[in-house]
Amino acid sequence: MNVVIIDYDAGNVQSLKFALDKLGVDSILTKDRELISKSDKVIFPGQGAAKNAMNKLHVNDLVDLIPKLKQPVLGICLGMQLLFEKTEEGNVNGLGIIKGYVKKFSEKVKVPQMGWNTLENLESKLFNNINEGEYMYLVHSYYVPIVPETIGISEYDLKYSIAVKKNNFYGVQFHPEKSSFSGNKLLNNFLKL
Amino acid sequence: MLTKRIIPCLDIKNGRTVKGVNFLNLKDAGDPIELAVKHVDDGADELVFLDITATEQKRKTLSRLVYNIASKINIPFTVGGGISSISDVDILLKNGADKVSVNSSAIKNPNLINEISEKYGSQCLVIAIDAKKVNSNWIVHLMGGKTITELNLFDWAIEAEKRGAGEILFTSMNNDGTKDGYANKALLRLSKLINIPIIASGGAGEIYHFIDVFKQGKADAALAASVFHYNEISINELKKKLKAEKINVRL
Repeated sequence: MNVVIIDYDAGNVQSLKFALDKLGVDSILTKDRELISKSDKVIFPGQGAAKNAMNKLHVNDLVDLIPKLKQPVLGICLGMQLLFEKTEEGNVNGLGIIKGYVKKFSEKVKVPQMGWNTLENLESKLFNNINEGEYMYLVHSYYVPIVPETIGISEYDLKYSIAVKKNNFYGVQFHPEKSSFSGNKLLNNFLKL
Repeated sequence: MLTKRIIPCLDIKNGRTVKGVNFLNLKDAGDPIELAVKHVDDGADELVFLDITATEQKRKTLSRLVYNIASKINIPFTVGGGISSISDVDILLKNGADKVSVNSSAIKNPNLINEISEKYGSQCLVIAIDAKKVNSNWIVHLMGGKTITELNLFDWAIEAEKRGAGEILFTSMNNDGTKDGYANKALLRLSKLINIPIIASGGAGEIYHFIDVFKQGKADAALAASVFHYNEISINELKKKLKAEKINVRL
């Protein structure tokens, strides 16, 4: 199987590569439009600031390409948030694949949310063999509210989407590559889609 | 619900893990990668690696170690020790570190906090503060405690948050290595002043110290070294006890 990780200087992607290596899958980090289009699976990682990320996607000429992809695509963390129309983080426009706005957690809780939180209301093949109440590792200040595309929920100062799906596009707010055994199961499920 | 985190800390010198008391009398504590894997298997939520080597080859050695650690473990880890520029951060993150911990350099050049958080996001920046209670004031120290500053722990933590720190790692020098418990009063005060996660460090010796640091000190995470490396406390057992005390942890 041919897996690409979209390269747009999104922080720590080395761990993602290592996690895929351990699952016996070779992955390449690339910004090449053709390689991305032809691959079997695409991972859209994310870490850092939304504005910077969208700028890099524009510079690398990937903004029109990603929404047209037909194979399974997995957005991780900021990669999931950028599937949406807009984020409050710097008032930046995302890729607009899914309708909705990404919002900031309120001051009632510590921001960023950092650490392990549970999964609830799971409804997708992406969560095969993963139980409600299992823990995933999260680091984020902005969240996706509950939308029709929500396939998993978690709770911090309010209930929010921990995972979404629209057609071939999947997004997870947590970092599967950093979520120990539970995270490995999720990556494995994605590779089997 | 978000859980409290248990974080083993590995002090690294010349590629080996070491541990001292009150920052002195360093003893060898084993191979960092072997220890890291053991902690992950035992249920650690995160790991911190602090490099205390002071040689020119340091950066190269450290980045190779970080790469090797990242290839073996699948939970988040932070790397600290002598990070003084954006390019230092860049190398460590590219080699697989999730966060960097900055201490002295942030005090000498507070703008570094803004630069790192703007480029890589607050989530990857831990500001480590070593402080000692001197005449009822918590005074920040540098260079592993060798140099005293004029900064107050609380003022500095507030400034670090404003500039973009994602977390504060507060080590009480009075408590470090004593195994008498964490500096819970100072931690509680800190938690009322800042709205980013606080990692408590210095003083863990018994299981009830961890219960206290979460209940009384209101810490978000507790860091410890020797009690984990020398198997005095099993992380798994510790978490079961915390759960029994209704402290939410990942089991």
